[in-house]
Amino acid sequence: MADREGTLAWLFLMPSVVYILALVALPFLLAIGYSLSDVTAGDPSFDWVGTRNFQRVFEDPVFWRSLGNTFVFTLISMALIVVLGKVLANILVADFRGKWVVRFLVLLPWTTPVALSSIAWLWMLDSIFSPIDWVLRQLGLIEGNMYWLGEPGLAMASVIAVHVWRLTPLAAVIMVAGLVAIPRDLDEAARVDGAGYWRRMFEVTIPLVLPVAAVAALFGAIFTFTDMAVVDVLTNGGPNNATQVLTSWAFFRGIDGGDVGQGAAIALFLFPLLLAAAIAILRAVRRLEVR
Amino acid sequence: MNQQAKYARRHIAARAGLYFGAILAALICAAPFLWSMVTAFKQNRDLYNPENNPFRYNRPATSDHVLYLFDNTSFTTFAWNTLWVGVLVVVITLSLGLPAAYALARLDRPWAGWFGVAIFLVYLVPPSLLFLSLSRLVVGVGLQDSTWSLVLIYPTITIPVSIWLLIGFLKAVPKDIEEQAMVDGFSRLAAFWRAVVPLTFPGIVAVVVFAFTLTASEFIYALAFVSPTTEKVLSTGVPTELVRGDVFFWQSLQAATVLAAIPIAIVFNVFLDRFIAGFTQGAVKG
Amino acid sequence: MAIVEVRNLVKEFPGGVRAVDGIDLATEEDEYLVLLGPSGCGKTTLLRMIAGLEQQSAGDVLIDGEVVSGLPPRARQVAMVFQSYALYPHKTVLANIVFPLRAARVEKSERDRKARWAADLLGISHLLARKPRQLSGGERQRVALARALVRQPKVFLLDEPLSNLDAKLRASARDELKRFQDEVRTTTVYVTHDQTEAMGLGDRIAVLSQGRVRQVGPPMQVYDDPADTFVATFIGSPPMNLVPRGDVLVGFRPEHLLPSEVAPGGLPVTLKVDRLEYLSGDRHVYGTAIGVGEPTRVVARLPATVEADVAVGEEQPFAVPARRIRYFDAESGVRTQAGSS
Repeated sequence: MADREGTLAWLFLMPSVVYILALVALPFLLAIGYSLSDVTAGDPSFDWVGTRNFQRVFEDPVFWRSLGNTFVFTLISMALIVVLGKVLANILVADFRGKWVVRFLVLLPWTTPVALSSIAWLWMLDSIFSPIDWVLRQLGLIEGNMYWLGEPGLAMASVIAVHVWRLTPLAAVIMVAGLVAIPRDLDEAARVDGAGYWRRMFEVTIPLVLPVAAVAALFGAIFTFTDMAVVDVLTNGGPNNATQVLTSWAFFRGIDGGDVGQGAAIALFLFPLLLAAAIAILRAVRRLEVR
Repeated sequence: MNQQAKYARRHIAARAGLYFGAILAALICAAPFLWSMVTAFKQNRDLYNPENNPFRYNRPATSDHVLYLFDNTSFTTFAWNTLWVGVLVVVITLSLGLPAAYALARLDRPWAGWFGVAIFLVYLVPPSLLFLSLSRLVVGVGLQDSTWSLVLIYPTITIPVSIWLLIGFLKAVPKDIEEQAMVDGFSRLAAFWRAVVPLTFPGIVAVVVFAFTLTASEFIYALAFVSPTTEKVLSTGVPTELVRGDVFFWQSLQAATVLAAIPIAIVFNVFLDRFIAGFTQGAVKG
Repeated sequence: MAIVEVRNLVKEFPGGVRAVDGIDLATEEDEYLVLLGPSGCGKTTLLRMIAGLEQQSAGDVLIDGEVVSGLPPRARQVAMVFQSYALYPHKTVLANIVFPLRAARVEKSERDRKARWAADLLGISHLLARKPRQLSGGERQRVALARALVRQPKVFLLDEPLSNLDAKLRASARDELKRFQDEVRTTTVYVTHDQTEAMGLGDRIAVLSQGRVRQVGPPMQVYDDPADTFVATFIGSPPMNLVPRGDVLVGFRPEHLLPSEVAPGGLPVTLKVDRLEYLSGDRHVYGTAIGVGEPTRVVARLPATVEADVAVGEEQPFAVPARRIRYFDAESGVRTQAGSS
């Protein structure tokens, strides 16, 4: 019996494992290979060049700019996503009239394909016809336009804002799952014990939802970290590479520029950072299991 | 009685705060889409006048630009491509992922726990790391510039996360039920198919929805593998084909965004609770 | 003065279910009042309304003479022990115990002193640094009691605090609760569905059914003089025998149905014995009672001291002492003074 179960287990697992090995593990190894070779779109022959791609990447100031941007975008977005996600989760677990409408609208940013919602934002932040600018003009706060996507600082802020806008609902949904899992008794016990709203929130709810919040944070971080759709649609890396991130830069060099080797070298840079994030997720999940 | 009034006031303040927060959150989240809906029906002369109040129709609304989307662009092709790619990917995902999830959730191998986590970690390997080598692979199998390349590649994203969710749903099915089926004379395989799968059906539906939205949102692979207009999907077709050089067909673009966003959001909302349940079960017991 | 009083209290849940259907009840000072009833009788809802966790649909809750309707739990100075104990899993035992004091902004030295006092009283001083998940069920219960105790509330509310313990532990935990009560002497409202707990702990018992109070009284009174057939059959194991006779029901407890040689002069009952059980010294005799009214299945409980021969399949003379017989109206189930016919 045990033997048959073992065979069945492997039979059931094999197709998925093969699929993933062939289309994830193999390309991953290939990417490492490309980064050490001179493959280009025009010349697919594979010649070993050692670390030359990496050296050239390191000499490129745009790479460092992209790396820095990636970190800035990820860290700031992550912090905002967790805080706003918790606030939003508190709203979503409460009972009120018209809740389904609110829930529907709140989830729109996440369920909409990111390239499309970025287009909606592109129009909101248009250099001439932005309604935000119009309101500011009417209030007499500005003259002319803000150029949300044209000024380096504003462009970075805009990209971060879109990331936060897009991922906060996801974080909120994950945290709702965490909040719902807290036994009702605990909150009621705290109420009878005389704790007010804020004390209950900071001393009971937040500590208990922390492992789940960590998962939400890391999801948010990974999605921001590896995304290029927002940057690609909103700014295309501009102005003057002010919003360039590793993924978009790798795409630019590897696909648009045709230098597969360099593109792969840039993309590979994501890996150790992601691995660290993955280990952190694992730990968060472990802590969840202990409960 | 004074105290009662105090707490009654506080209660009212708390409710008011809740409604205020809920409405504010809904408005911020929906703002770009609401703006898109206003824009989609505007005449050019109304839209492109910075002096006009952009929040109202200074000239009569027109549906020309929305119709343009259907008559003169490949929007319907993009939508159709997104749909059939999504359906095929979901089919592949379930036929590979469901047995794998069952093996990890039920067949009681000592390594199942770690294997489950390893598969989940694959989900975290992002397209941005793989698209370069995968695009060479796609060329290698002759699928470059074909929508079929997406059918081949997307399951690498959906299978890991689906296995993760399905493990949670499968573990929620009482073991007794399939043991009863086996005692009643079914083989393990038949017990899985006849007893477990029907009971997991709600979870399976949630996974289908989730996998479909993932494929509909994917951007990098679609951008890297496919360039002919007729082979594109919504998420790449709309941003690239409705922009001619520097000329943006704004009203049509906004209409396309809203038209794509609403159906996905509706379906997702219907299954949100299931998804939440699956997420916690997978996380807690995975 | 009554510490806790409810007046015409009603709780109607959405959908029209009346969990509590007009209850008037008041505790006496330092009294241990047990709310006893089957699941779904409204006893927990009543307790939660007293605590302020649930708002009543109508009526009033008074604590210490003041109407507290509309006040949140923290303004009511009550302490509650939950069925699950609801210990904060991320806090140590000490942090759990001082939590209510911190919420009340008691200063630190005073907090520590009170926590130590409560921990000593409950014998958990050696556990203060542990987390709840490292404790046994009995220890958790004591931590929950300590947390309720430190605030020195006007009233303790206990919601089935023993139901999460296994049967063996339950008896000793009940004993401890009683000792605890004797020491702290604070008004307590205790909810349970277990009549043994109710009889053992309560100064008075309020028997609830379908959202109404059926009877309130000391354990002996509730047992010996049930107000209606619900109380008569809910309390007692095996329950009171009820034999229909005309428009009344003749009620008598199994332990009062005895062979006629040990109960001379009582109401004669002919018992057609069909089954015997021997339970920890007592004999339970199952059979059909003839001669009281309509033939009805009844149970007799013979204590070990009664050695009369009882054999299955035979009709034997039994009797019930006249002062042990209770009469109920057959229609309403309410107690009546004497039987007609």
